[in-house]
Amino acid sequence: MPLIEVTELRKTYGKRVAVDGVSFAVERGEIFGVLGTNGAGKTTTVECLQGLRRPDSGAISVLGLDPAKDAVRLRRLVGVQLQDARLPEKLRVAEALELFAAFYPKPADLGGLLRRLGLEDHRNAAFGKLSGGLRQRLSIALALVGDPQLAILDELTTGLDPHSRRETWKVVTAVRDAGVTVVLVTHFMDEAERLCDRVAVFDAGRIIATGTPAELRATTGKSTLDDAFVTLTGRE
Amino acid sequence: MHTFTKLVATEAKLFLRTPLWAVFGVALPAALLLGIGSIPGMSRPSDVTGGYRFIDLWVPSLVVVSLATLGLQAIPAAVATYREQGVLRRLATTPVPPAHLLLAQLVIHAVVALAGVVLMLVTARVAFEVPLPLHPLTYALTLVLGLVSVFALGLVAASVARTAKGASALAMIAFFPIMFLGGVYLPRPLLPEVIQRIGAYVPPGTQPLQDAWVGAGVQPLQFVALAAFALGGTALAVRLFRWE
Repeated sequence: MPLIEVTELRKTYGKRVAVDGVSFAVERGEIFGVLGTNGAGKTTTVECLQGLRRPDSGAISVLGLDPAKDAVRLRRLVGVQLQDARLPEKLRVAEALELFAAFYPKPADLGGLLRRLGLEDHRNAAFGKLSGGLRQRLSIALALVGDPQLAILDELTTGLDPHSRRETWKVVTAVRDAGVTVVLVTHFMDEAERLCDRVAVFDAGRIIATGTPAELRATTGKSTLDDAFVTLTGRE
Repeated sequence: MHTFTKLVATEAKLFLRTPLWAVFGVALPAALLLGIGSIPGMSRPSDVTGGYRFIDLWVPSLVVVSLATLGLQAIPAAVATYREQGVLRRLATTPVPPAHLLLAQLVIHAVVALAGVVLMLVTARVAFEVPLPLHPLTYALTLVLGLVSVFALGLVAASVARTAKGASALAMIAFFPIMFLGGVYLPRPLLPEVIQRIGAYVPPGTQPLQDAWVGAGVQPLQFVALAAFALGGTALAVRLFRWE
């Protein structure tokens, strides 16, 4: 059984249709990319997976649970990294991890987490003083602190310099290698090509293609996922 | 429980790292008392105030200043700032229940308010020989109920407002009546009787606070009214709470 199964998901905000009949499945242990331009419906879909939003119609199963009904149970099993969510300016790195660890029944080993994410030297740094790359790493650490089975990472490397991006990619691969299934929301095609086992391409609230990056390149006859994406979304 | 204590401990650390509210909250009532008391006419008996000194009448109202400032300004500002910064959005993805978050704010600001009231009472006793509450236990119980009833109103404002500005505007709706009923703007004996009567049953319970002070004893109904405000307000805040 897939870890995530979404069938005919639909969500509107007033008259605007954000997600218009989306279906996909994510298998255990893979890095699944949710790709699309801004406003394509990626974030709404992911928020429905977390139970933060209630779909208008359609069925969602995450780890065998319905997010709309079992949101609280699901939050113990799913780690989330959010685009532009902040922490209190004066909260220190280690304190943030200890606080979040207290929210979960079986938290991960904090020392190991700090080490894996290269945050050991910054454990006493306040959130307000962290660079963008360090904030992002802390954000990933917080997503993993509950020892989740599934990690949802939203716009992971937006605003990072090339070195930090590569560092972050290594972390994501390591997370998956440790047995965590990853849903990666991104509009960077190089990132998806590098990391994702399979991707779904969102456009205007629908999924217009799914497959491995190689499959998408092959069906469009392009040499990079970036070109394939542009061809698929028809905005060349 | 571990979640809640960790949350309170962390929030307390953050609170102390921004000493403005902490110092202000603890020192404000005593500082106001010293300021007013240093004006010569305020600390002498006067016929206008029925033979009492102005500060005798005003000390109970200073408690109201402290509760209203922390409950209706500091708490809504703290929660709404978290909302603005997306801290609440981040927490929404974790299993932490919203009630924990609100109650943690209540606990931290309650400690500050109580410390401020104690400091003010001691200052009043030492500097101006204002007698301490005659029924200390009744006074303490009334103070806690009055405090939670005011803070609960602040939590409601914090729960529904989207921004820090909106929260403080909303809390002001409660702030001015509470300050007025509490005799902050005018000494209570000068207020019309009907207003004094209302003040006996609504937050922060100025009348029972005063009764416990002078040893007149507090009517059970006044406790019940304050407890109802405290519980009802907190429950309403938890219910209305929005992460975003």
